[in-house]
Amino acid sequence: MAEIIEQEKGKKGGKRRPKKLSTRIDMTPMVDLMCLLITFFMLTTAFSKPKVMVITMPEKSKVDQPQVKIAAWRTLTILLTGDDAVYYYAGEANPRKPPLPDLIKSDFSKNGIRKVLLEKNKDLFRQIAEYREKRISGKLIVADTTADAAVKKMKKEDMKGPIILIKADEKAKYKNVVSIIDEMSICNIASYAVVDIFPIELEMLKNAPK
Amino acid sequence: MPKLKPPVRTPHIDMTPMVDLFSVLLIFLLLTASFRPQEATTITSPNSVSEKQAPDTSIMTIILNKEGKVFFNMDNGKDSTKHTRVDVLTEMGKQYNIKFTPKELYDFGHWASFGMPMVDFKKWLNAKDSKEKELLQTGIPTDSVDNQPSQLFFWVRFARLANPNAEVAIKGDGETNYKKVKLVMDLLQENKVNKFNLVTNLEKQEVTLKDLPK
Repeated sequence: MAEIIEQEKGKKGGKRRPKKLSTRIDMTPMVDLMCLLITFFMLTTAFSKPKVMVITMPEKSKVDQPQVKIAAWRTLTILLTGDDAVYYYAGEANPRKPPLPDLIKSDFSKNGIRKVLLEKNKDLFRQIAEYREKRISGKLIVADTTADAAVKKMKKEDMKGPIILIKADEKAKYKNVVSIIDEMSICNIASYAVVDIFPIELEMLKNAPK
Repeated sequence: MPKLKPPVRTPHIDMTPMVDLFSVLLIFLLLTASFRPQEATTITSPNSVSEKQAPDTSIMTIILNKEGKVFFNMDNGKDSTKHTRVDVLTEMGKQYNIKFTPKELYDFGHWASFGMPMVDFKKWLNAKDSKEKELLQTGIPTDSVDNQPSQLFFWVRFARLANPNAEVAIKGDGETNYKKVKLVMDLLQENKVNKFNLVTNLEKQEVTLKDLPK
């Protein structure tokens, strides 16, 4: 520790001279802090690896496969276009079966498309969120891999949640598509696909509310 | 009579040898740290809640900057005796009738991401300073010429042939036009790659049961 060496006391009764102090500062705490700082920076730079979002597309075969039939009552189509705009409509937009569904404008905020997705996916979301909360509160103790497999199974067996089709036009930005796929994972959507946009939908976008 | 011992004083430790060791350790770490080769372009990745980490080795990355230019990067794979980068460049050379010297191949083996048409490749490898190198990086052509697949298609194809276990990562800037990204994904699907890793920054979003609308 720092030490102050005092000179011997002056004669008693005599005039008191001011004591001459020489200070020697010990460097030990500073070196300790330096050591800690270096270790901290060494460890934290090692952890900033880029994260990835995995997406799997269905195989593209040269032969045109017949359109897979999906139940129109479960379908929600999300159209992405320029200026971070998100539009969605429920059901099928077939020009041969009028009337065309209404195109509703939304956005990427918490009260935007996320609210719509949560509303449609209430049951599955509740199921998965309750499972996750049980794990967090400690009522259920399973390994991470088991938990992932259980969530996957819940998603696979879900028969009532929405089927989302994500279509982006030429003005959409990459970050819009990444954000919407992110919302899929946040809202625990069981089935979604990124597909090509139809000409009828491009028409709908042109006439859409701004 | 026993000698009176002087009063015990707390020992003072001289810190000089420890600081010496410290500086030796620091210099050792500084010298053994290898510098990352310069990236071809800067990318601001979009955010996502995904926490999965990108693998370090056996991964090829297709980089799209916000102007839509395409760059490519691949590593030498998990086996340190293989030089997949050199193999891929040799194959590309054969495809486009360009002969590379052993020195050029060796330099390429240690470089990082790159992006320019094959005609400029030799010039780029032999460029003297980094500014000249940067000017030459105009992006890998993605359009097919004369019914021949594009250069990017061949890069991906030879990279997959050299390292069949390599995963494909797409590192795009948030502002990149989605059309270009779709083009790259279609090209990858033509190469029988259906699983992509999109590089993102972690941004946690908490959505719990109480956020559910009634």
